[in-house]
Amino acid sequence: MKARVTVMLKNGVLDPQGEAVRHALGSLGFDGVEGVRQGKVIELDLAPGTTEDTVVQMCEKLLANTVIESYSVEMG
Amino acid sequence: MRAAVLVFPGSNCDRDLAVAFEKAGARVSMVWHKDTGLPEGVDIVAVPGGFSYGDYLRCGAIAANSPICGALKKHVERGGFALGICNGFQVLTETRLLPGALRRNANLKYICKLVGLRVETADSAFTAGYEQGQEITIPIAHHDGNYYADDETLRALNDQDRVAFRYVENPNGSVESIAGVLSENRRVLGMMPHPERMAEPSHGGTDGQAMFRALMDQLATA
Repeated sequence: MKARVTVMLKNGVLDPQGEAVRHALGSLGFDGVEGVRQGKVIELDLAPGTTEDTVVQMCEKLLANTVIESYSVEMG
Repeated sequence: MRAAVLVFPGSNCDRDLAVAFEKAGARVSMVWHKDTGLPEGVDIVAVPGGFSYGDYLRCGAIAANSPICGALKKHVERGGFALGICNGFQVLTETRLLPGALRRNANLKYICKLVGLRVETADSAFTAGYEQGQEITIPIAHHDGNYYADDETLRALNDQDRVAFRYVENPNGSVESIAGVLSENRRVLGMMPHPERMAEPSHGGTDGQAMFRALMDQLATA
């Protein structure tokens, strides 16, 4: 089974990389991009029976720094 | 004073840090990241700069979960001293021994240059050799030194006089130009600038020396 963890900087934490991407899109002529947030996706191959709760613990302990990052978990 | 310098795969300021401590008169042990304990009688644990574990996942995140960091946490919980410089500061925030986090520099560039720092408090074993308000010149060399803490944490840091250093000119976007912070018991310091690279005349300056000498004075055991 697989899990997909998405880690993003929390709202309110300035994302300089996202801002740089937004500027780059603007300079390529893509108007109307009002905001870009850049995060990361982590795919986990898990032994059958691994619970979402365990993946949440992985996020809390290692995969995200909850001081500045939020995360979401998709199982399946 | 006995100092332990932690060594992770990818550390690259560990020798410089050891030399700075030795020149101040400390006995220094290098401690490998897979060790689960610190040498007997260590007064201060120093977490050096570099790129522990290649900065994979997040700077300092993997190191913070290494076996030796379990021993580091116990050392700090017992009231032991710890100093984290650059990647070491990132490790100390990742272990939650210090508040806040270090983000990518606001200009997205790796910055390697001399910067002015203002000493915000002389009330710690690390900064007792400086005057409050003194300006010193220390190099920075980092890509992820943009300090962040939420408003509540910033209030606590300010109210408790726990900001050790601020940049005179903010190079990286850090909130309130913070360059280094102290723990609540004032025995843990994390800072992005490198005092160990400014610790003898051949470095081009000696403004970092006072930190190691002050630690020696404050932690000297009979």
